[in-house]
Amino acid sequence: MNNSRSMPLSPHIAIYRWPLSMTLSILHRISGVVLYSGALGLVYWLVALAEGPNAFATAGWFFHSWIGQVFLCLWSLAFFYHLLTGIRHLAWDSGWGFERRAYYFSGWLVVLGTVGLTAATWIFGWLIVGGVL
Amino acid sequence: MSFQTPLGVARGNGTARSGTGHGLVQHAIALALIPIGLAAAVLFFWMIQVGYAGAVSLLRQPWVLLFVVLLVALPFWHGYLGIKVIIEDYVSNKRLAYTAITLIRFLSVAVALLGIIAAAKIGFGG
Repeated sequence: MNNSRSMPLSPHIAIYRWPLSMTLSILHRISGVVLYSGALGLVYWLVALAEGPNAFATAGWFFHSWIGQVFLCLWSLAFFYHLLTGIRHLAWDSGWGFERRAYYFSGWLVVLGTVGLTAATWIFGWLIVGGVL
Repeated sequence: MSFQTPLGVARGNGTARSGTGHGLVQHAIALALIPIGLAAAVLFFWMIQVGYAGAVSLLRQPWVLLFVVLLVALPFWHGYLGIKVIIEDYVSNKRLAYTAITLIRFLSVAVALLGIIAAAKIGFGG
């Protein structure tokens, strides 16, 4: 068999332009894993609350440290992202949104919504912590 | 043309051989977590604003306690099912996959119980 002849190859990921849908799909799973670690953080917070004021203050110190803030930032991003793509998934499961236009429209809506809702939450949080609200 | 036996069709069994139960549970919890997640964000800021004593007295309200128990239990159930699917998809070594799924299952149940116990301790005023 002559291997130097140019045989037709089946197309695979590498030859396509990386589309929005692939990014959103894998980010749904990644954000789910981030949310799982966030749920561990939630339980840590509850246990600290149950243990008493000192443990609760320590937890508060952790979540205000830079590593805690990065954790909360990723958690809130993952929360709104997974929430919005989750709603998108539920819509697909009801048979809505498979048309090309609706597919890309809802995809970009998820991106904008995630950024907007996360930013709004942090501004709200800063106002509360700062005593403005 | 179907490769499924009539019994398999009736039970809704796919390649996972365990029916559609997990998928339905995953979707039902997902639907429930939309309002629960949004309400949790509100409760979170509320508890931060009222501080330690305020947060404790908030959790002594039965409805808030019930809400927090759901808030701990449902994400771990949903998360366990989700991570199980990720492991099934990406880990081809069956022994490793089943070990990882079992560990995640134990971790999920244990940490969810820990959260529920902590919430109950606050709620019942221990």
